[in-house]
Amino acid sequence: MCTTCGCESEAPRIDDESMARTHTHSPATRRVAVEADILARNNAHAAENRKRFANAACLTLNLVSSPGSGKTTLLVRTLAALKEELPLAVIEGDQETRFDAERIRAVGIPALQINTGKGCHLDAHMLGHALEKLSPPEGGILFVENVGNLVCPSAFDLGEAAKVVILSVTEGEDKPLKYPDIFHASRLMLINKTDLLPHVDFDPEKATAYARRINPQLQAFLLSATSGEGFDLWLGWLREQMTQVKTVRIRQLETQLALLKGGDRDKAGASNHA
Amino acid sequence: MHEMSLAEGILRILEDTARQEAARRITRVTLEIGALANVEIEALRFCFDAAIRDTVAAAAQLDIRVLPGHGWCMPCGRTVPLAALADPCPQCGSFQVQAVGGMEMRIKEIEIE
Repeated sequence: MCTTCGCESEAPRIDDESMARTHTHSPATRRVAVEADILARNNAHAAENRKRFANAACLTLNLVSSPGSGKTTLLVRTLAALKEELPLAVIEGDQETRFDAERIRAVGIPALQINTGKGCHLDAHMLGHALEKLSPPEGGILFVENVGNLVCPSAFDLGEAAKVVILSVTEGEDKPLKYPDIFHASRLMLINKTDLLPHVDFDPEKATAYARRINPQLQAFLLSATSGEGFDLWLGWLREQMTQVKTVRIRQLETQLALLKGGDRDKAGASNHA
Repeated sequence: MHEMSLAEGILRILEDTARQEAARRITRVTLEIGALANVEIEALRFCFDAAIRDTVAAAAQLDIRVLPGHGWCMPCGRTVPLAALADPCPQCGSFQVQAVGGMEMRIKEIEIE
């Protein structure tokens, strides 16, 4: 239906050319139902990435926060604590510079830097290309440090197992209310820089309560990447997630193996090999 | 700021659809955006206008329908209207409300010639 005049597209054609020009409706106008998710392309890339991580039994975490929350310092300490235990890798997202990847490599962990230029977030397509250069560590953890931004990264699934949001005590405790989307999209919140609590006016309980208004299921740990306080809980969480990822992959492989061996048919006594 | 990425995503879908439908041009685009989708409507309009320049959708009018937010209130055990992620349940005042609707970002339909 023409929205200018309300006529149906099958309406008589106006033959007078000059009339046709003043009347913007063309009989050839038609509606097409699209029903497409605007993020469909990103989500398709994310699904590809997710499959890749699952096949490698790799736990991938998307770390999000404001600039200056101590993400890289937290990462460096985490890597140092786990590097003898698990294969690890890091993909760093920043608008400019390779500083963060260099800090990670100094710990002896492979790291790749993505510079987004004007971009305010990483997307699944960028990450997919990064994975061509840096393979997900088999049976280990890939940390993706997103661009420091509490707004934009929330909408973009990278194919990660979970988003982890980091809030530091030098920021306002009401940040979860000011930037709700990222807290809504995350599964775990780390409140960092607790060594500075005596010097700042920040109530961790209030911050956690605010964050849970947005996301009642959000888990939260308090820690300090400088002193190491509270790290046990965070490392314990990582090990737990890692075990889950491995368990899922082992089950998948066992099912595949059973199928290949024809185990089910043997058990049923219907084997062709008998 | 991510509205530019969204506008580029919209354009890609518009160009694909126009090709499939052998359209000469797109005259109207209707989007459905959830109230809780973290999309700044005015920023999206601005970015859309920038993205469609010199494309098959260059003259398209943009209609945006904002879909209301909904949340599941745990104490009430029912779906309630939710205007913002940080809002309490309008029935019981609890913050134990998980957003369940209003996160859509969809191209509903287009008009082509």
